Formats: sequence, C-alpha cells, structure tokens
Amino acid sequence: MKYRQIEIIIGFFMIIGFIAVAALAVKVSNIADSSEKASYSISANFDNIGGLKVRSPVRMGGVLIGRVSNITLDEDTLSPVVTMSIFNRYNKLPTETTASILTAGLLGEQYLSLSPGGDDEILAEGDVIEDTQSALVIEELIGKFLFSDSSSDL
Amino acid sequence: MIAYIQSLGTRVMETFATTGRAGKLLAGSILRIPTFKDIYLTYMQLYNIGVQSLLIIAVSGLFIGMVLGLQGYTTLIKFGAESALGPLVALSIVRELGPVVAALLFAGRAGSALTAEIGLMKATEQLASMEMMAVNPMHRIIAPRFFAGIIAMPLLAAIFSAVAIFGGGLVGVSWLGVDEGGFWSAMQSAVDWNNDVVNGIIKSIVFGFFVTWIAVFRGYDSVPTSEGISRSTTQTVVHASLAILALDFLLTALMFGDVV
Repeated sequence: MKYRQIEIIIGFFMIIGFIAVAALAVKVSNIADSSEKASYSISANFDNIGGLKVRSPVRMGGVLIGRVSNITLDEDTLSPVVTMSIFNRYNKLPTETTASILTAGLLGEQYLSLSPGGDDEILAEGDVIEDTQSALVIEELIGKFLFSDSSSDL
Repeated sequence: MIAYIQSLGTRVMETFATTGRAGKLLAGSILRIPTFKDIYLTYMQLYNIGVQSLLIIAVSGLFIGMVLGLQGYTTLIKFGAESALGPLVALSIVRELGPVVAALLFAGRAGSALTAEIGLMKATEQLASMEMMAVNPMHRIIAPRFFAGIIAMPLLAAIFSAVAIFGGGLVGVSWLGVDEGGFWSAMQSAVDWNNDVVNGIIKSIVFGFFVTWIAVFRGYDSVPTSEGISRSTTQTVVHASLAILALDFLLTALMFGDVV
C-alpha cells in the first residue's frame, strides 16, 4: 500500500480514538459538573453522618448545588464536621440554612440536603451551618421502636 | 534428587536471566530521547499495531456492551432498578472491561504478530545483518513497535469503551425500553471523569506498555527456529494475558481500593 494511504488511515484511526475519549468525557462522565471548579466551602457539625461520603452530592430542593469535600471528626467536641464546596453560582444561601442528611430512595446513597432559611445575611466561605439534622441510622430506629414497644407493655 | 534440585536452581537462574535480558531490551530500545526517525518509524508501526486491531476491538466491544446490557437488565428488573442499568454498564466497562478486554484482545491480535515478526527476523538473520550495517536493531525494529504499542493501546481501549457503552445503550434503550434520558443521566451522575475514566485510561497505558514489552522481548529472545518462534508466540499470549489480569488487580487495588 502506498505510504500516503497508510498515513490517511492511521490519522483516521487516531482521530477515532480521540473522539472516543471525548465521547467518554462528554456523554458518559460528569466532566461538565467537575469543571465547575469555582466554589466556596462551608461546613456543618452533625451528631452522626451515617453513610455520607466525600463527593456525596449536596442538594437544595433536589437540585445539585455542590459536593461534600471533606469529613473529619472535631477533636474537642468529638462530633463529625462535614465540609462541602458549593458552586459559586449559588452564593446567596441565607445563614439560617439548615442541613440534613437524607437518603435517596429506600436503599439509595445518602446526600446532604440544605433547606434555605429566611435570614438576610448570606453564608460565605468558611461559615458554619448551625442548624443540622443527623442521618437516620436504621439500627437506632429499630432499637427505639423495640424499646418504646416493650415499655408500653409494662 | 540432587538432579531435581539442580534443575530447580537452573530454572530460577534462567528466570533471573530472562528478566535481566528483558530489562536490557527496555533500556536499549526506548529509554532515550526519541529522534525524528523514531517518530516516522513509530507512525508506520501504528498501522500494523493499531489500525489492524481496530475492527476486532470495535466488534468485541459492541457485543460485550450488548451482553452486559441484556444481563444487567434481566437482573435489575427483578428489583425494579432498571434505571441503574446505565451506571452498571458504564462503570463496569470504563473501569474494568474496557481496558482489560481490549488489552487481552490486543495481546492476541497485535502481540502475537509482533513476536512472530521479530522472531522470524531473528531466525532469518535480518537482525544480525542490520547490526553488521551498523544499524542498531533495538532502535530500528524494537523501539518503534514499543512506542506504537503504548500509543495505540489507550486509543483502542477508549474506542472499545465508547462502542461498548453505545452497545449497552442500544440493547437497554432501543430494545428493552429503559428510559433514554434516565439511562444517560444516571450514567453521567455515576461516572466520574477523574476517578473512573482517567483511571481506566491509565490502566490501558500500563497494559499497552507491558503487553508490547512482553511481545517484543519474546520475539527478540526467541530460539531462531520454527519451533522456537511458535513457542515464543504462545508464551507472548499466555504471559501477556496473565500480566494484564495480575496488573489489573494491582491497579484496581491502588486506584479504587480506598474509594469504596
């Protein structure tokens, strides 16, 4: 085969390869969402975070507004601190915002849900959400149910 | 008894020597600054190694994706979770099946051909005559094939993954009636570019490196007889496949071990 023809075929092959990578990026993965790098971080203290993980979604009214960026245990109070990065687009969250850990569906992944409060002041970089509601741990729920059931029998 | 222990020792020493020769080949061929000549030769090899593997990779990818879509659907529908078909197909292909199956096919299709080609060159004393003409066969023959393998493998794996996910979508959405919007959006929210796609590409680059290394080394190291070449070709496919699967476990443990 002539050199020129081989050249064209190889170029074609490489272009198909790069198109495949691009298709994986755009169509399959969430690169659009991770390209939203501009964000600010706020944190919240919980009693129990259940199954929340780093990179879990942060939602407000079901809309993705950020992701959990870090989970640590406060060394003094021994309670978990969840840091989340919120996309800069959503920079008008009032300080009275409440955070709760919910589960998507019955067996789905856990996510952080924010509900807005009525305050005029706005949460900024480094602020802490005071009003939080911990994750429901199913064992604790069953334990409470059993306990209350037996106590009512007495 | 003593003869047995002796043969065991010989085998161990032989393994060391083989590893050493493989390292020497690596150092002699590609551990240097590529020249303009290298680029030209590599480009020509891309045709043999990359383009000619394209068809088998694409067709296998399509069928693997379709099977995955069908099997995933029959299991997920029992739980009413057919909306999870997209993430199932995409994650298993992008993370594991894409790089691994593409590399296995690559070892069978391109690796064996490389070994046989270089082995025959050795048997017909082409390599020796090149040395005679002061042309280093490491640079002229081994290095371009090596580079071409490392470049072609990730591209082939990406094509495999894209075609396979398309095949999974074809079966899931067009045939079994999973909701199209849900299929793609659930996939997009589950597949992470850095954690999943890039790690898959890194895997395929590592596989490409090792498969090509094994293939060119087995060819270069083959006994220059018809029997020797046939044995080397078999060894290439066997060793490359084992290396791919073992490396895949290692890389998966490193990449996804702590992501859970």
